[in-house]
Amino acid sequence: MSTPKILDPPPTTMAEPPLPPVARKVRKGRRSWRRALRRDWQLYSLAILPLLFFVIFRYLPMLGNVIAFRRFRPGGGIFGEYWVGLRYVKMFLGDPTFWNVFTNTLVLGGLTLLVCFPLPIVLALLLNEVRTRYLKRFVQSVSYLPHFLSIVIVAGMLMQMLSVDGVVNQLVSALGGEPTAFLQKPEWFRTIYVSSELWQTVGWGTILYLAALTTIDQDLYEAARIDGANRWRQTWHVTLPGIRPTMVTLLILNIGTFMAVGFEKILLIYNPLTYETADVISTYVYRVGIVSGNLSYAAAIGLFESIIGLTLVLSANFISRRTVGTSLW
Amino acid sequence: MTVDALKRPRRRKPGIRPSKGYRAFQVVNAIILTGVVVVTLYPFINIVARSMSDQTYIISGQVNLLPKGFNLEAYEHVTSDAMFWRNYRNTVFYTVVATGVALILTTTYAYVLSKKHIKGRTFLVSIAVFTMFFNGGLIPNYVLVTSLGLKNSVWAIALPNAISVFNLLVMKAFFESLPLDLEEAAAVDGLNTYGILLRIVLPLSKAIVATMVLFYAVSFWNSWFSAFLYMDRQELFPVTVYLRNLIAGSTGAEMAGAIAEADEAQVDATIKSVTIVLTTLPILTVYPFVQRYFVSGIMLGAVKG
Repeated sequence: MSTPKILDPPPTTMAEPPLPPVARKVRKGRRSWRRALRRDWQLYSLAILPLLFFVIFRYLPMLGNVIAFRRFRPGGGIFGEYWVGLRYVKMFLGDPTFWNVFTNTLVLGGLTLLVCFPLPIVLALLLNEVRTRYLKRFVQSVSYLPHFLSIVIVAGMLMQMLSVDGVVNQLVSALGGEPTAFLQKPEWFRTIYVSSELWQTVGWGTILYLAALTTIDQDLYEAARIDGANRWRQTWHVTLPGIRPTMVTLLILNIGTFMAVGFEKILLIYNPLTYETADVISTYVYRVGIVSGNLSYAAAIGLFESIIGLTLVLSANFISRRTVGTSLW
Repeated sequence: MTVDALKRPRRRKPGIRPSKGYRAFQVVNAIILTGVVVVTLYPFINIVARSMSDQTYIISGQVNLLPKGFNLEAYEHVTSDAMFWRNYRNTVFYTVVATGVALILTTTYAYVLSKKHIKGRTFLVSIAVFTMFFNGGLIPNYVLVTSLGLKNSVWAIALPNAISVFNLLVMKAFFESLPLDLEEAAAVDGLNTYGILLRIVLPLSKAIVATMVLFYAVSFWNSWFSAFLYMDRQELFPVTVYLRNLIAGSTGAEMAGAIAEADEAQVDATIKSVTIVLTTLPILTVYPFVQRYFVSGIMLGAVKG
């Protein structure tokens, strides 16, 4: 803790009469708050606008979720008209479409995690073995590129490539296959989604691992070599443990976004023909709420989704703190 | 940003020469990485080739790496569309306004959070960090923005996204690394907190401010969903929504369940490619120059945040 030297000269009267602990604590707390405000009011004033932002645009919507338990009419108050209790919750629990989108969310989230979490680690390890500096930099720069594109552009490219005249179908025809309208086929959606996610994120995902790799103590490699470890064993026993904290942190963060699988991308590339496999909770919420105007019902589903997401992060964090000793907080 | 692997003395050590297996690995590695580069770049090259090709070659699926039947008619067509330019200008305007707002709010809050001595700091940090893990969700946000009357204005885009907590933490870490002595000296010389921030801290923070401008500008440039949700009129759309409406036609998404006929979708194949190219162009042009700032910004956040 740094001491605010100039702004706050130490009080001259240090010897305070001993007070009973409880009363003293309360008084001291209140007084130091007053003192802190007097001393740092200019700093606190800088925080006012950002705090307003958080209150209005982040915390108010959390409260706004009460419309999940209230009847909401457009044009009415933002918190709805009157209580209906768990009506909407019961409604979606008995809604077959809900269970379908729930399954799709789990499957797409699971596949994405399975593919998009480990591959950046592999790519980072491979890049780390490249000895030619400019080559390595070139590969890195190219692999980051898709990260900077708008999701609309990615969707546009996907559609062009997967269309009947697109490159993918050119390849299929060249191999003697029949051209397929991939984006109209439910059985292709998961493959398309996961591979496009991978294309977009794999390079960017390596950044943190490459940063972590630079911090590994070179003496450890030396020691491992003296013990007779070959390259593979050096990677296994030195490199991987070295980047473990980064891996765990990113895994927790990935698990946190598990439920919110690529809402925007799916919204752009799915269509009624592929709803069967492509529709996820968030896109369903969008259709029920915004398109059909059933805001309370959609809010109930959305709230359910957020709560699962939060629970997943908290438990992942807890488990990793207990087992690996790394956690987000 | 290179990662130091090169400095490792390993290979030069006498007696330790790369084994045959390792050399084989190097070859395989080079092949894999070349594959990564090809797969990443291919879609870009292909889209550019399509944008300059003749319709008939596209429809018969012959356009690959090089344009066939080279012509720029589609470019003329798209660039002569007044709405396209209007939406392009909107994108620039939205990006500038939203980035400005975001920058002010993020900087001030990050500066406050970086002051370790202030009371309630942990609370102020937690308020922000909690929102990374839990949010109100689409519907309450929609209801809020609508009832605040922000629809059809730039504020519907700028205000709800004014602080990215990730950026906030990166900036806070940077401020924490600045020498405290300077600020103390400035305080002794009679500058107040605002003066210190504006005249001492910010001039020292050009690197991080530039990184933040880039982070926010790219994310606002690329964003489409808030505009899609909150803007009703075509002349207010950013170019991303223009593009979205163009490509949405080909899947029939949202179009009352209509299933686009395969050949209908082909008619404007070049037009779509051209729009994609033109929308991506600004990003692709600045990308080589700004990419390393992004990377160092991310790393800063990773190491210190």
